[in-house]
Amino acid sequence: MSAGWTREQMAARAAQDIPDGSYVNLGIGIPELVAKFVPEGREFIYHTENGMLGMGPPPSEDERDLDLMNAGKKYVTALPGAAYFHHADSFSMIRGGHIDVCVLGTMQVAANGDIANWSTGEPGAIPAVGGAMDLVQGVKNIYVITQHTTKTGEPKLVERCSYPLTGLGVVSRIYTDLAVVDVTARGFRVIELAPGVTFEEVERKTGAPIMPAE
Amino acid sequence: MIDKRCPSVAEAVADIPDGATVMVGGFGASGSPIELIHALIDHGARDLTVINNNTGNGEVGLAALIGNGQVCKMICSFPRSSQSKVFPELYKQGRIELELVPQGTLAERIRAAGAGIPAFYTPTTVGTVLAEGKEVREFDGRPYVMEPWLQADFALVKCEMADPVGNLTYNKTARNFSPLMCMAARTTIVQARKLVPAGGIDPEHVVTPGIFVNRIVEVTDPVHEDLLIAAGRSYP
Repeated sequence: MSAGWTREQMAARAAQDIPDGSYVNLGIGIPELVAKFVPEGREFIYHTENGMLGMGPPPSEDERDLDLMNAGKKYVTALPGAAYFHHADSFSMIRGGHIDVCVLGTMQVAANGDIANWSTGEPGAIPAVGGAMDLVQGVKNIYVITQHTTKTGEPKLVERCSYPLTGLGVVSRIYTDLAVVDVTARGFRVIELAPGVTFEEVERKTGAPIMPAE
Repeated sequence: MIDKRCPSVAEAVADIPDGATVMVGGFGASGSPIELIHALIDHGARDLTVINNNTGNGEVGLAALIGNGQVCKMICSFPRSSQSKVFPELYKQGRIELELVPQGTLAERIRAAGAGIPAFYTPTTVGTVLAEGKEVREFDGRPYVMEPWLQADFALVKCEMADPVGNLTYNKTARNFSPLMCMAARTTIVQARKLVPAGGIDPEHVVTPGIFVNRIVEVTDPVHEDLLIAAGRSYP
């Protein structure tokens, strides 16, 4: 049993790297937890691609509005200063490079920054892409939060993605349960190890060459 | 004075022919024009190509239209969800066609049609299977994929407030694709929760100008897809 970070700790660690005042888009799953760990003294403005800036936390039963949803089709609230807009404006914010940070989950990330997070490519599976390909191409900084390996122990950080790609060379930083890893011009580099985790363990569980922290 | 009001949802959709391409507003349940979709089910037009972000949920609204065998092709970005059963079953049986389009590209293809721009270049999908067979061109050293506009014969849209001229406002995230679809369709049919006289919407607050709207039906108490599903309802 290795040490390492919990889902919440991974999200909290990612939140520390987001500057005050950033426009942020959070993917479904662990990335959503980032909103719970905004560092003291910082404010992030959340974008949801179905058409809103200034998204707030989930509503109580009383304040729930059936016309106020996020991109995961969950009910949300609007904070003071929020704005609504149509989809072409929303994806102009994404593609036009106006969103600062996107935090996404993934199936695989490659040492060259390629990401595969939309399809297993299995025959018969119903393909569904949503806004993933727009986000990875358009947002300035693409951060990934993921377990270091799959449930069966396969590396998710790999030399080349075997699943169909979402985008090429777009990921800059990865937060796993074991480490924070940068994608550099020379491949993966650990920049921080989770408490109780050794570089050797990270290296063993990574499917590509990885450099230790400097 | 121009008056685009139409007395009923049945009359509003009565001339949609077999084989039509129909844009349907909404993102999941929010903004879905359920009453207009149910009128289209009653009307019975078949072999429809439908453009929506999703493929409907449960057995009401868009899912019911698909389940009733009226749709031969869906153009969407996310054809499955926790509550969508109808489309996945037909798709696995090879009884319905799917054109998968990334969400932002879907929005921009619809906008482009409304704006009279036949194609555009986007960085989205570069190097992926969804770019296969498409023209790629470099601008400032970076590759972009060409995507064509997406036109439609009809759009079915839900709005919050409308005036007889066709000016519209929306409610919160129910806006989503609807303003774009109003621009892109040859005939745009709108259900409004509230009809107000001309001048009842501050011109500064108009989201969709009336030039993009052809027919308006007042549906004062629209049903919501999530509530219908929670109540176990199906249509017809």
